[in-house]
Amino acid sequence: MALIEAINPLLSAGWGKGDAGWGIGEYEQRGGYQALKRILTEKIAPEQVIAEIKASVLRGRGGAGFPTGLKWSFMPKGSGEKYVVCNTDEGEPGTFKDRDILRYDPHAVIEGMIIAGYSVGAARGYNYIHGEIFEIYDRFEQALAEARATGYLGGNILGSGFDFELFAHHGWGAYICGEESALLESIEGKKGQPRFKPPFPASFGLYGKPTTINNTETFASIPFVLRIGGEAYLNLGKPNNGGTKLFSVSGHVNKPGNYEVPMGTPFATLLEMAGGMRGGRKLKAVIPGGSSSPVLPANIIMDCTLDYDSIAKAGSMLGSGAVIVMDESVCMVKALDRLSYFYYEESCGQCTPCREGTGWLYKIVHRIEHGQGRAEDLDLLLDVGANICGRTICALGDAAVMPIQGMLRHFRAEFEYHVEHRKCLVPAELQKAGSTFHTRMMAGAPC
Amino acid sequence: MLELEIDGKALQVKEGSTVIDAAHQAGIYIPHFCYHKKLSIAANCRMCLVQVEKAPKPLPACATPVTNGMKVFTHSDLAIKAQKGVMEFLLINHPLDCPICDQGGECQLQDLAVGYGSSSSRYQEEKRVVVNKNLGPLISTDMTRCINCTRCVRFTQEIAGEMELGQAFRGDRAEIMPFIEKTVDSELSGNIIDLCPVGALTAKPFRFAARTWELARRKSISPHDGLGGNLVVQVKHDKVLRVLPLENEHLNECWLSDKDRFSYEGLNSPDRLTKPLIKQGGAWKEVEWNQALDYVAHAMRDIVKEHGPDAVGAIVSPHGTLEEMYLAGKLMRGLGSDNIDCRLRQSDFSGRRAGTPWLGMKIAEINKLDRVLVVCSFLRKDHPLIAQRLRQAVKRGAQVSVIHAADEDLLMKLAGKIIAAPSQLPDRLAQITKAVAELKGATCDLSVAVGAEARKIAESLVSGQNAAILLGNLAQQHARASTLNALTQQLAGYLGGRFGFLGEAANSVGGYVAKAVPAGDGLDASRMLTEPRKAYLVIGAEPELDCADGVRATNALTRADSVIVLSPFKSAAALAYADAILPVAPFAETSGSFVNTEGRVQSFQAVNRPLGETRPGWKVLRVLGNLLKLDGFDFASSEAVRDEALGGGAGKPEFAGDLDNIIADVAIDLSPGGGIERVADVPIYFADALVRRAPSLQKTKDAVTPAARMNAATLAKFGVKAGEQLKVSGGGTPATLVAALDVGLPDDCLRLAAGHATTAAVGAMSGAMTVEKA
Repeated sequence: MALIEAINPLLSAGWGKGDAGWGIGEYEQRGGYQALKRILTEKIAPEQVIAEIKASVLRGRGGAGFPTGLKWSFMPKGSGEKYVVCNTDEGEPGTFKDRDILRYDPHAVIEGMIIAGYSVGAARGYNYIHGEIFEIYDRFEQALAEARATGYLGGNILGSGFDFELFAHHGWGAYICGEESALLESIEGKKGQPRFKPPFPASFGLYGKPTTINNTETFASIPFVLRIGGEAYLNLGKPNNGGTKLFSVSGHVNKPGNYEVPMGTPFATLLEMAGGMRGGRKLKAVIPGGSSSPVLPANIIMDCTLDYDSIAKAGSMLGSGAVIVMDESVCMVKALDRLSYFYYEESCGQCTPCREGTGWLYKIVHRIEHGQGRAEDLDLLLDVGANICGRTICALGDAAVMPIQGMLRHFRAEFEYHVEHRKCLVPAELQKAGSTFHTRMMAGAPC
Repeated sequence: MLELEIDGKALQVKEGSTVIDAAHQAGIYIPHFCYHKKLSIAANCRMCLVQVEKAPKPLPACATPVTNGMKVFTHSDLAIKAQKGVMEFLLINHPLDCPICDQGGECQLQDLAVGYGSSSSRYQEEKRVVVNKNLGPLISTDMTRCINCTRCVRFTQEIAGEMELGQAFRGDRAEIMPFIEKTVDSELSGNIIDLCPVGALTAKPFRFAARTWELARRKSISPHDGLGGNLVVQVKHDKVLRVLPLENEHLNECWLSDKDRFSYEGLNSPDRLTKPLIKQGGAWKEVEWNQALDYVAHAMRDIVKEHGPDAVGAIVSPHGTLEEMYLAGKLMRGLGSDNIDCRLRQSDFSGRRAGTPWLGMKIAEINKLDRVLVVCSFLRKDHPLIAQRLRQAVKRGAQVSVIHAADEDLLMKLAGKIIAAPSQLPDRLAQITKAVAELKGATCDLSVAVGAEARKIAESLVSGQNAAILLGNLAQQHARASTLNALTQQLAGYLGGRFGFLGEAANSVGGYVAKAVPAGDGLDASRMLTEPRKAYLVIGAEPELDCADGVRATNALTRADSVIVLSPFKSAAALAYADAILPVAPFAETSGSFVNTEGRVQSFQAVNRPLGETRPGWKVLRVLGNLLKLDGFDFASSEAVRDEALGGGAGKPEFAGDLDNIIADVAIDLSPGGGIERVADVPIYFADALVRRAPSLQKTKDAVTPAARMNAATLAKFGVKAGEQLKVSGGGTPATLVAALDVGLPDDCLRLAAGHATTAAVGAMSGAMTVEKA
């Protein structure tokens, strides 16, 4: 499922050689580490670097879309222990872009993190890589060794007097560790559970010290932003949505995979790049930003462009850019059953609404799916969801609720049919026709 | 100061306050479970969600800092909806069977469910079940009831110092549990029962014994260690069924040690006497009080007449009341004898004291110390809550060093540590003293070579602003206790810091105040036994277990013509050596006072009626005074006794007077000892007659039968391995004991606990031991 196509590739420009192109020599040939060299040799002030990032309107690629330059500027000035942390705990179902970034271009992340360290005054960084991709973890370790050997990491980098050391750290597969404060706890060797905020990591982060934590793709974008300049980067995308972004397309398309397109590209273009709908079936719905983002029906998503603002306006989220495409063979109840199970399984158990609520939600959806639904269940789902949303320590509670809200907003009739008739609105033969290994993973066997 | 408004009420709060702090200040209750004022903020229960103006979502009051001009609404529609929503979630998996839950009637979840729950549940699915955990003999679990507030987890980690509980698994499978197959063994473990807001953790000894509303609640004072923890004793049908802490920020805060909490079981021990006993012709006979008192008065009068008043000695428990101690002293002196002592485990009485030895500061001041040297203390077990205070001080940056004969894990970071054989401790303390003098540029006449560790401790001590040296139980029981006292005094002088004694017993200070120590040239606790008397009055003590040399005590008592025991309990030993045993009330059944280690006078009333024909000790001694026709025994109340004991003025002073740790005329002895030295701790649940009879505490790991503990080198010296049998003697009858490895001991030391029947016959608590392979 490697990258197949891109428009204006930056991040994925070097992916063409596949596993042969990740090394430091290849990266440097592509212009890698030039941004870092320029900053260190020309002694460009950290504030100026941050200003450039701000100008690019690079927004956090992990899902929340927070402007990166602004986040960096929250770090306290002056000396003292600070950290830069990269979040490669890519666990959102549907997302697989960070894996490929580390597989095909790990040095972009390393360079981005060194520049981040320079900009916020941190001498140490960690890249937290989730536990299911050990070969990627190994590759990142190799890339770190190359960077150390070349003098990009360690003491007095390129004779600049700037020290930065970077380490890889792997988790064991808990989804919650992708939540930044749970990730920090996990690095510290504790149970991965989110911290309540405030304080935010910029004031109380790793080991209680100021910490900048960004997504892998965000760090990987930094060298490119600085190479072409903030404004040029912004102009690649559209106002308030700078640059290009990777989209992980999965589901009922002919060519699932990662696609890099400029922000603001129409969804229809992405769908076309991904080879269109599999088996010629009709598009039913799309989960546009990872499994927690509310589903959008075909007619709405086909009018959207791929950027934070357009998708938000349509009532969902661009999130991490994980586009899950569902055709007419999908039973939405079954799909939601699987999604709800995921959040139930992954709730960390720390705070009450999520610990108790995700299980309740899953049990209700599961009951409906299995012909045990009650008339009041749909309203109960929404009400229980409302009691979780915004009441929890972290966003996992919201993430568990949003798919339910989305499904009931756009496909309520299917759920009502399930309750009333104790079976599926989508004919079994159609479901079977659309079933693939991947969709079985997503939604189980046809009902 | 910050200004805010809660529910329309304007108030000012300190910078750094949270919304829940502010609400409490304003007298507004915000429902909560996980929040506890003494624990870190977890914000996990979400019950305290409130509406804050301009915040789009409800915020947890416990974790939201107050900002200037903030407007908080605790009862707005948004807040109430959030709180009710959380309550619904808490209840969906919680059993709704309060009538069969031990917490029923005193359950925070039950109480709040009345206000925030609904009358029927919308949850129709299967409920979660959680397997119970074995946390040991003190805490029962009903883990299905757990709401995962993590108060217990945070307590073990933050207050008790060792994370004995944690939350494992995720989501609604999350469980609170100890590490696999471990129990909770902290000496403070019982507090998690109080902290648990539901019926997940309940008291095993109290389990299903009574409902909270059936219990009368009466205030009392703990009779155990020198803290003087404040108790709420809960009584049903004249039986103490439970003890809970009475919050007192000066002393126990909102905590209790397990000893204070569970020792009440000893009050209901089968050893309790219900009628006076007299031995006639070698056989024990239950008699009426007048007969018994006549017998005792005659016996004492006869001995005095025949052998003189000096032939009588009184051995008084330091766990007895001030009033009993005072009347015992008055009785003895009325007979013409000054032979009375309550310092039973002390063996060195040399030097001249200026006043009553005490802590040297208020207990609450311990939290504010920034440099502390703890001298010879099994701190966690001897003074659990003082150890806890030091632990909090360390977290705030205080540096604590220890000098001791055993490397005890205090569950706090130490700045320095010297572990040496008992005989070498005076030398080591002198080294620290000398090093501090050098650092302070003072002249010091101690001729010792300062070692690296002593210098490190000295450097830590001089680097602070508010230093103190605390002398533990072992320092007071040490064969050269006066040397340790004098050196500490010198050290504190160089430091400009304070020093004091961690009082071993509830009335260690009170014993001095009540003159239950020789006032002139009377015999002290040690000499009364080395120079046996013809008659002994034993009050509350079990000398075979409570004295520095139990063997010597037993021998002296056995040889005496008459031994009169006043005790709540009978024991095989007393039945052997005594000729009269009078049942006197334990603390729960008498009024009285304890003067704690900081000199605080705390009086209490009986919480229930004396068992059988048991009588309060002060009344027995008063009548005995009358029968002996002694002057000044016409007290109408224990308060009258107390007032006289405290110097005559009516009414109770807050603190006793004449508190002074200065000692003079001490011949400093820094010579090293030789041979195998005994290190004797008094395990927490063997320390006094009451706790020794508390069955649940006796099942804990702290109450295991003492082993003969040595380090690897010393074990090797005798060719034994851990688990093998050893023959051990310290002047008494050799005992066969199991050898155990203790890596925390110095070479040539044998750690052998005192206060236990299996070691009582071995001999003195300090000094040389003979060891051979059995």
